[in-house]
Parts: sequence; structure tokens; C-alpha cells
Amino acid sequence: MATNQKADVVIVGLGWAGSLMAEELTRAGLNVVAIDRGPWMDTSTHTPPAVDPDELRWAIRKELFSPPKDNTLTFRNTTDQVAVPQRDFGIFELGGGVGGAGFHWAGMAWRFDPYDFEIRSRTIERYGIERADDGELQLQDWGITYDELEPFYDRFERIAGISGKAGNIQGKINAGGNPFEGPRSREYPTPALKTLRSMEVFNDATTRMGYHPFTIPVANLSQPYVNPLGVSMGACSYCGFCLGFGCGNYSKSSPQACIFPVLMRRKNFRLLTESCVIRVNKAEDGETVTGVTYVDAQGQEHVQEADIVCVTAFQVDSTRLLLLSEIGQPYDPRTQEGSVGRNFTFQTVSGVDMWIEGEQMNPFIGAGGLGSQIDDYNADNFDHSDLDFLHGAGMLTLARDGLPISKAGKLPEGTPRWGAGFKQAYKDHYQTYTTIFNQGSSMPIKQGYLDLDPTYTDKFGQPLLRVTYDYSQSDRNMAKFTMDRAVEIAQEMGAQHITPFNFADKPFTTAVIASDHVIGGTPMGADSRTSVVNPWLQSWDCHNLFVCSASVFPMNSGYNPTGTVGALAIRAAQAIVEKYVPNPGPLVEA
Amino acid sequence: MNRREALKSLSALAAVGAAATTRASATEMTGYPTDMTVAKDMLPRPAIAGGARQVLTDDTAERTISAVFDRLIPGDELGPSATEAGCVDFLDAQLADRFGAGASLYREGPKRANEDDLMQTPQFIATPRERYATGLRALEAYAQARDGASFADLQPNRQDEILRGMEDGSVQLDDAVNTKAFFELMLQNVREGYFSDPIYGGNRDMAGWKLIGFPGARYDFRLYTDRLGEALDLEPVSLIPRD
Ligand SMILES: Cc1cc2nc3c(=O)[nH]c(=O)nc-3n(C[C@H](O)[C@H](O)[C@H](O)COP(=O)(O)OP(=O)(O)OC[C@H]3O[C@@H](n4cnc5c(N)ncnc54)[C@H](O)[C@@H]3O)c2cc1C
Ligand code: SF4
Repeated sequence: MATNQKADVVIVGLGWAGSLMAEELTRAGLNVVAIDRGPWMDTSTHTPPAVDPDELRWAIRKELFSPPKDNTLTFRNTTDQVAVPQRDFGIFELGGGVGGAGFHWAGMAWRFDPYDFEIRSRTIERYGIERADDGELQLQDWGITYDELEPFYDRFERIAGISGKAGNIQGKINAGGNPFEGPRSREYPTPALKTLRSMEVFNDATTRMGYHPFTIPVANLSQPYVNPLGVSMGACSYCGFCLGFGCGNYSKSSPQACIFPVLMRRKNFRLLTESCVIRVNKAEDGETVTGVTYVDAQGQEHVQEADIVCVTAFQVDSTRLLLLSEIGQPYDPRTQEGSVGRNFTFQTVSGVDMWIEGEQMNPFIGAGGLGSQIDDYNADNFDHSDLDFLHGAGMLTLARDGLPISKAGKLPEGTPRWGAGFKQAYKDHYQTYTTIFNQGSSMPIKQGYLDLDPTYTDKFGQPLLRVTYDYSQSDRNMAKFTMDRAVEIAQEMGAQHITPFNFADKPFTTAVIASDHVIGGTPMGADSRTSVVNPWLQSWDCHNLFVCSASVFPMNSGYNPTGTVGALAIRAAQAIVEKYVPNPGPLVEA
Repeated sequence: MNRREALKSLSALAAVGAAATTRASATEMTGYPTDMTVAKDMLPRPAIAGGARQVLTDDTAERTISAVFDRLIPGDELGPSATEAGCVDFLDAQLADRFGAGASLYREGPKRANEDDLMQTPQFIATPRERYATGLRALEAYAQARDGASFADLQPNRQDEILRGMEDGSVQLDDAVNTKAFFELMLQNVREGYFSDPIYGGNRDMAGWKLIGFPGARYDFRLYTDRLGEALDLEPVSLIPRD
């Protein structure tokens, strides 16, 4: 076992969260070491335009992701079942290299709704305690409000150069943006991308129906941009090889495109690649941590000591590391005591596939996050008094890609899947296909949690993380409700063939990719009994340990998570610099 | 350079890449890397067109899979059949590669009895290479037992009947083969062969892309983003450089 020179801060995992924190911390002069289990990966060396447009390799074989062979989980629906391992790629499409999943993400760049952060209090206030405490749900507030997080959302959006149109600037509603969003301090750094054909049809139909469509804010940049760190990005070329792919144009925001050029040049920053952290080491007093233990590419164990440890290893690995390190009390679903592993949630997805005869969508023109959305049925934007669920879904149509292997499965019901009939049908329908995807919220439940599997292990012999989860009745009802609304929209869009889908009308499974967004496990909150970290993302148990991933969300909203992960990371890093370093100790009394 | 030479020279590059791994053992990095050349293991690993079979070396296996593929995607006035488009070349190359070896799969036991039900999808410890070997053998044995002839020699409508049975679960080839899942594997792979970049051996002359109007490995559509709803008739482009 070798011990490295001690650092001020060690960062475990250099994805979006890790690199945003590293940027803040090194700028403040701290000595930072980041450790990532993946190899170095960058735009010009790994995904130039000559390599990137390859559906088979990146979208089907998923070669940019960390394979299940190296990193997987086990799963069951209920505690009375025996969990089994996810053997092939499922909902865990983890980053394979430094930069994490932020290199191959699609790039929808959202803020969560003000309702989300105070979901328990606001639900009780508007609908009464019996709706919040229905026996199944486990709603809890985040310990932070939207307004407190707003400046950090703004900072993330500037660093990433997000393209969009504001709907609410300081309370003033702007035509063309999302009128339901929380107030923003200013406009997006770059304008929205173009409206493509599927979006136009969706916008027309939803406007006629009295809804409020807007272009999804994205990390696919509409024009060249220089971010506040001085890093240049290019304009998105609508190449359509985006979700699951890198970007050869420096136009999809990623740690590589937005932060590494600056971070890697800082003298007080060091990066250890292909080094997997297997444990956060606790001090003898149990009040603090001393650093981490990692295994390098040769299988050698090392210790990296540091005054502060930041765990930014994506939702699943952040939670798993805490469990493996025996930090905090594991959650017990029978008593609801303990907090590590608590409130695992997902994304409750329904929608429709549709085919509009005579249309020419040119689906191959697109960008990972591009689409139109309505938030009329998202968050608490509509009255739930007479409905049998809470929250809702962002209902969106996509202009993402026309990848021909994947789309071969998108044909109207009743068309042959093979043979001459398939060829004819695919030729006829490739241009006419579009979709409405309801990106639904996910309410935490008492029986949804993460712990360590008793049987299956990884290549280091350490137990895999075990997911125990199924959709709540509230989420199932929400998915059905929004699916029915999507069918109405598809009819208004003029579709002749409509195939509704609802992932929540069956039990949850990790094998069927409804979404990549896995949430919870180390929830944040103001109450140390029900959260793992306080509102500054500081561990309640060890005050020099900070955790930042979607694992800290106590629930999931009807949006993708990364904007919120980014904002929380920046806020936590600034708190370390401004509050913790001058005065090390708990930033909030338990 | 013609297409065949292009494939060869790219594959030579890829072979070098595989040997001289870019995964540097020195893992500590300070400063921004100055070497901006493309990492060798990121280059495509092309199929060598017309090369000798690497996995589907058994004649019967090759005849069986060819027959299956040509029922799944037959030749007609819309375009070539799967085998004409190189889908068997594609499959052989894929089975010889990481995919065939199940390189990304978590294959630790035990495989539990409830596994497939809980996952709502079949899972395998066997590699795709092993699944093809047993699956094709079982399909041939099924045809011999039921029809007294090779699957490849059956009438197309009889072949379709067996395939439909495999698809809907009414045909079980033998106890060792999850027949429905094997059908889905073949259907997925033939689609991959027909619609992936020709660099992998299938989609010959970009026939699959021409069928539906997919313009291939183009990387910039900014000129077309205002031409909503128009047929653009873009000539497809492959990762293989043109002569
Ligand atoms: C296909 C896909 C599409 C997506 N699209 C969107 C989208 O449109 N919008 C959106 O908001 N979100 C999207 N996401 C989610 C988004 O990618 C994540 O929310 C985001 O990347 C999370 O950032 P992170 O820093 O928490 O984790 P990551 O980016 O995953 O980074 C974690 C890092 O930690 C490293 N690591 C993990 N464990 C260890 C360990 N034990 N030791 C050392 N290193 C370790 C990993 O190698 C990785 O580099 C998508 C995800 C996927 C997979
Ligand atoms: S669609 Fe735009 S952002 Fe996405 S990979 Fe292509 S050029 Fe990059």
C-alpha cells in the first residue's frame, strides 16, 4: 500500500459535479487531487467527427459507457424477493471515462421547479397532510429553496453556455419561454436552437389546445460561445449523433468542452485516472474522514489523504461508497430509520409513438436535447385536488436523431417486424415518425432504497449496490393521466397511427431503459434523521466529507437532473471555500 | 484507393491500436495533454470485406444463418437481401469482436431462476458467440427432425412459419435454447447489419440507408435546418472514404 502526498481536497469522480467543484476549489487556491476510475477522454483524441457518427459502436454497443462487466448493480422490486444482477446495459449508462456521463449525455439542461424543493411543505399546504402522508410516499423537503439555488443554476448555465429562451425573468413572463418556470435572474447565455419539423407540428397542436409550448433548454449550443472560464465552444451542427455519443464540434457542453481546458492547467490540480476509489477512510474519532483508498490500473492499492473529501461519483457510486465505508446509518425500510440508501427514485415515463402520414420530419437533423415541451402538466402547475396523484411530467417531443438501427423498431402497430412487409413499412414510415415523451416525476416511497447486495460482487470482490424499488401508486396514476393527455395531443397533431406507452403499467425494472435518471440514496435535508447530507451537502456524520450527485435529491422531478446537480455542486464548493475552510466543523447543527 | 483497400488500411490501423493500448499505465496527469492525435482504440474496427470467416466457419451454420437473414430481410425491388447487403459478413465480424465475446456483460453466477422474470427480459451468462453456436445447431436439428431437410433448403414459406413460431414462442427449438430470445438476437443483428455503417461489413453500397433516406455519417446539417418538411434527397456518406 502506497500513500500519496496529502492534498487539501480529494475529489472522487471527475464528472460534471466533480469538475465544477474542482474548478471552484482550485480557483480559491486549494490543492486538489481528483481520482477517476475511467481513462482520460477528450474531444479531439476520442470523438472527432471521423469517429463520432457511428450508431453501431456508440448507440448500440455503447462503447463509451462503463460496461456492466465492470460496474453493475442488482435489483428487485420488493424486500421479499432475491435481487439479481443487471447483466447487460440497462438504465445505468455510466460514464466510461474521465468526464463521466457528462460526455455522452443528451444535454437537456433544466432547473427543477420551486415546488420540488419544498415538496412536502407545499403539498401539505395546498392539499393537506393526508396527500403527503398516504402511507406509501415518503416526501421530504430539500432544506433549500429554489430562490437560494438560483444564482448557482445561473453559474452552471453560464459555464455550460446553455441555449434556451427564458420564460420568467425576475417574475416577468416572456412569450416563447416556459411560463411555468421559477424566476430566473436573466436570459440564457445563448439563444434557443431552431424549431425543427416535429417541434413545429407539436407547437401548433399544443398551442391550439391552449397549452404553452417552448423549446427545451439544451447543452447543444446554438452559436459559438466563450464561457466565464474563457473556454471557447462551437455551434451545434445538428449532427444527430448526440445521446450516447461524444461531440466532435465542442458544442455539447461537457466537463471536457467547458472545464478541463482550464482545470487541467491549474498548478494546484492533479488527476489520477484509471484509479477506482474503494473506500472513504474514517478517522479514529469517527467525526471526520482522512482520505480515500483506491486501486490503480495495475491492481495496486494506494491511500490519498486529504483534509476534505468530496464524493462526486454519480448517484449509484456515491451511495455505494458511503455504504462500503460504513459512514452514516443505512436505511431500514421496515422502520424508516437510518438515511444512507434512502429515497431511491427514478423517472416515471409514459407517452405515445405516432406516425403522421405524408410528413417529412427529416429526423436525422437533430441534437441530443432538442425538442419542444409543455409544462402544463408538470410539477404543481395544475390543480391536483381532484386527481389521484401528485406532481406530473414534462411532456415533450424530440428532434434528436434518426438513427436507423434504433428506429427500425418504431413502426405502427400491426406492421410486420421483418420480411418484405417490414422493408416497405420502414421505407414508408421513417419520415413520418415522431413521439411524445412524458418525463414524469418520481415520488420517494418508504420501500424504495439502496443497500449492499449479499451475494454479487465486483472485480475487487466488493458487494454490488442493490436497488429495491417499484413505482408508487401516485406515480402510476400520473403516468396514466399524462399518457392520456399525450394521446389527445397526438390526435391534434394529425397522427393516423398512435401507440401509447407507459413504463409504469408494469413493475419497475432496471433492464428496460425508460430513462437514465436514477436518483437518491444520500438525500440532502435540514433534518439529520432523514438525510445524509445537510443543505450544504456536508455529511451529518463526518464534517469534512461532502457528497454531490443526484444521490442527494430526495425525489425526482419531471425534468432531467444535471442542471440541478451542477448548481448544487457549485454551491457546495463555494460553501467549502467561504464557510468551511475558515472554520472547519459542521456548517449546520444536527 | 478503392473501398477494399480503404477497409484494409483502416483495419491495419485498428490492429496497431489494439496492440499499442492507449490506456497509459502512468495514470497521474498534471497539465493539459499536448498529444492531440486520435486515440488508436477509438478508430473503428472494420470488418475485412471478403476475408475468411472467423466464427461462422461451419458450413451448415453459415447456410442456416444466411437463410434466416434472407427471410428477415429478403431481396426485392426495394433493395438487396440481407446476405446481398453483407449482413452475414457483418455478423461474423461482430461475433469475432467484443460483441461476440460478451465483453461488456456481467457474467458472474449464480444465474437465478427468477432472473428473467424480475428483469422482464432474458439475461444470459453465455456469450453471443456461444448463443449463435447452440442456437443455429438447434434450428438445424429442428428442421431435420420436423421436415427431414436442412433449414436452408426448406421452402421460404415454411422457413417463415418456423421463424414466426420462434418469434411468438410457439416453436421451442430445444430446452437449452431460449428460442424467443434467440430469434430476437438474430432480428436485432440483421437490422444492425443492414443499417450500420458499411465499414462493419453490412449495408453494402449503403442500401439500407438508401431504402429509408438516411444520409449516413454526415456531421453538419446547418444548411438544412430551415427547410422544414422538404425532401432533401441527400446522398448518404459512410465512414469509409470514397474512392
Ligand atoms: C445516455 C444519457 C443521457 C443523458 N441525458 C441527460 C440530459 O439530457 N439531461 C440531463 O440533465 N442529464 C442527462 N443524463 C444524466 C447525466 O449524464 C448525469 O446526471 C450527469 O452526468 C451526472 O454527473 P455526475 O458528475 O454526478 O456523474 P458522472 O458524470 O457520471 O461522473 C461521475 C464520475 O465518477 C467516476 N467514478 C464513479 N465511481 C468511482 C470510484 N469508485 N472511483 C473513482 N471514480 C469513480 C466515474 O468514472 C465518472 O467519471 C443522461 C445520462 C445518460 C447516461
Ligand atoms: S447534435 Fe450538436 S451537440 Fe450533439 S454531438 Fe452533434 S454537434 Fe455536438
